[in-house]
Amino acid sequence: MNRLGIKTPARYAINATLIIAFIYWGYVITQGGMLTRAQNNIIIQVGFFIILAVSLNLPAGYLGQLPLGHAGFMAVGAYIGALFWRSGILSGYGSVVGGLIAAGIVSAIFGIIIGVPALRLRGDYLAIITLGFGEMIRVLIMNLPSITGGAQGLQQIPRHSNFLVVYICVIVCCLVIHMIMKSRHGRAILAIRDNEIATESMGINTTYYKVMAFAVSAFFAGVAGALYAGTLGILVPSDFNFMMSINILMIVVLGGLGSMMGSIIGAIVLTSLPLFMQGLNQYRLIIYALLLILVMIFKPSGLMGTYDFSMGHVLEKVGGWTMRSKKEGGASDDSE
Amino acid sequence: MKKRSIIALVLALMMCVALVAACGETPPAGPTGPTDPTAGGTTNGTDASGEEVTEVHIGLLGPWTGGAAYFGVSVRNGALLYIENFNAQGGLQIRVTDRDEEGDSARAVTMYHDLVDAGVTAIIGSVTSGPTMAVVPEAFADGMPMISGTATHAGVTVNQDTGEVFTNMFRSCFIDPFQGVKMAEFAHEILSARTAAVLYAHDIDYSIGLMQAFVDRAAEIGLEVIHIETFADEAPDFTAQLTNIAAANPDVVFIPVYNRHTALIGPQSAAAGVTATMLGADGWAGTLDAIADPSTVEGAFYLTGFTYESEEQHIIDFIERFEAQYGIMPNMFAAQAYDAAAILIRAIEGAIAAGLTPGTDEFKQATIANMAATDIEGVTGRITFDRYNNPQKTAFILQIIDGEARFWGTF
Repeated sequence: MNRLGIKTPARYAINATLIIAFIYWGYVITQGGMLTRAQNNIIIQVGFFIILAVSLNLPAGYLGQLPLGHAGFMAVGAYIGALFWRSGILSGYGSVVGGLIAAGIVSAIFGIIIGVPALRLRGDYLAIITLGFGEMIRVLIMNLPSITGGAQGLQQIPRHSNFLVVYICVIVCCLVIHMIMKSRHGRAILAIRDNEIATESMGINTTYYKVMAFAVSAFFAGVAGALYAGTLGILVPSDFNFMMSINILMIVVLGGLGSMMGSIIGAIVLTSLPLFMQGLNQYRLIIYALLLILVMIFKPSGLMGTYDFSMGHVLEKVGGWTMRSKKEGGASDDSE
Repeated sequence: MKKRSIIALVLALMMCVALVAACGETPPAGPTGPTDPTAGGTTNGTDASGEEVTEVHIGLLGPWTGGAAYFGVSVRNGALLYIENFNAQGGLQIRVTDRDEEGDSARAVTMYHDLVDAGVTAIIGSVTSGPTMAVVPEAFADGMPMISGTATHAGVTVNQDTGEVFTNMFRSCFIDPFQGVKMAEFAHEILSARTAAVLYAHDIDYSIGLMQAFVDRAAEIGLEVIHIETFADEAPDFTAQLTNIAAANPDVVFIPVYNRHTALIGPQSAAAGVTATMLGADGWAGTLDAIADPSTVEGAFYLTGFTYESEEQHIIDFIERFEAQYGIMPNMFAAQAYDAAAILIRAIEGAIAAGLTPGTDEFKQATIANMAATDIEGVTGRITFDRYNNPQKTAFILQIIDGEARFWGTF
């Protein structure tokens, strides 16, 4: 490896600086009244859709399965988070963090319970069984009126989801999934996508890795659900129907299966589009559909394909290019 | 490479169109209809600065697309008909900005904020209860006057946990419990029923709300509820439940569901041998259009907020104008939205007459106070508000006779 020298600690420092700058400027802009109220509201919604898309990208993009029950995990997280906050067990930021973690853990448990039987199946069968589980969770919530309010919904949920809370969760989610994918576990997950039988014959416990990917995905879907509850202040089971799962999947597919950057861009585009296209009335839906069709025809792998953004690589490229122009034929090896 | 750049260009153009078009608004002026009898005399007031107020900007929020579009479009038609007729009178003009929330709670909140950004003084909306309840706490914090023509959930105007009233939020439709209470009283007083059964959908909040109110009221007035059966929305078969009801043999059976259910329940209840008189609520509207055999629901009574069979001139006028404008008969949702627009615009006129400037907090407070004091003869009956901002109005009872929904009377 003849890489240009940005050392690992330096990369961490660059990334940490960028994250802090992003959070700081985002906070200043959203709190400083520079944006309209609708834009502020959309930014929060984009936040939890990023988490949903990035977390779905793990089983859908990296693991190569087709789960259609993401809204179910989101619903579990939303209700757990909402009930935790309503109960007022903790106060202040402890309550916010506690609710989010509780939502994530319970969702992850559901993910494991569902994942163990479901992941013995593949392709269409997995899609159908996860779809069924997602609907089951919704129906379960609807039929526990004493706890969840049933079809009447749950009101008066403390609105904890501000910019800081949502985007710290976004960053934690992206970071954790990124680190998993760069580790031994991530390589095992990618290997399962590329050839499951070959992977198994190499002695890798495929069931374990599939369930793990599913559980991590469910964890973050639960966190996003809790953020959703904390944004709206009201939950109705019908919010978490099949269409919600499809919407999230659409974000992931549009952005590019297997690209975190793609999921993020997809979430931003598809979540903010309805706001900007209000003036087009019913034509909006046609354009929306047309956009999806065009992307799928001309770029079937999604907007970003499997490309993943890396600040380090970009800097290396820029650095490599400047060095190359100084002394012809400088060293740069930028294979992803 | 060339192909890709063309696509990029097309997509970029679409985004530009979207951005430009986002600023567009529904044109306020419409075809001139007859003057609205409910609008009363319009006199333009002057605001604090002495300038004449010629225009007030209001928002219209609802699902024009998506699963609830049927209700949304009806509501928009009804509300815009009133506003267009009002504007055609000259004088004060109402400018409308409408926003589509697609029946989604999160989007409804975004669109509410977008309307606030656009500078509206009051909002008509939203249409279904879920998105409305998501918006109301935000609107309450802003002191934004709001009125819905169709959100029937009890929690729309009251925080059900604390009992706090959302003073800014009004509606021109019956609330769910009100209908259940009315039908229990109707069964007891008019039909002299002693025993009742209930068949409801346990996953539709509308159905649950009506069932609870019916059962509670029945217990108070001495109507014995001897059997309660439930089903899940989308279930196509009700034979088991109806057989049980037939075995219990009540005097009346209360079925608070939508017409998509009643169309199936009717024939199946006849087959199961249910002889009790069927009672329904406003969800029954349209049953006769959907049902295969109308004779199976013969004799059923249901409550509605609006009927074509009224003799009153202003209601006949409304139906004629609506038909002339849209080519279809107005349904209950359109009529309630028409009344909602009437209530709101009356209140706005009052605030202008008091010399306030549209858009200010005082103006909004005055509009809210005027709405609370509403007493108008609308197309869905005479409307006044109780302390929870729910309308106090007479219910129209229809009875199905010879395959037609006949006006039985008011109750």
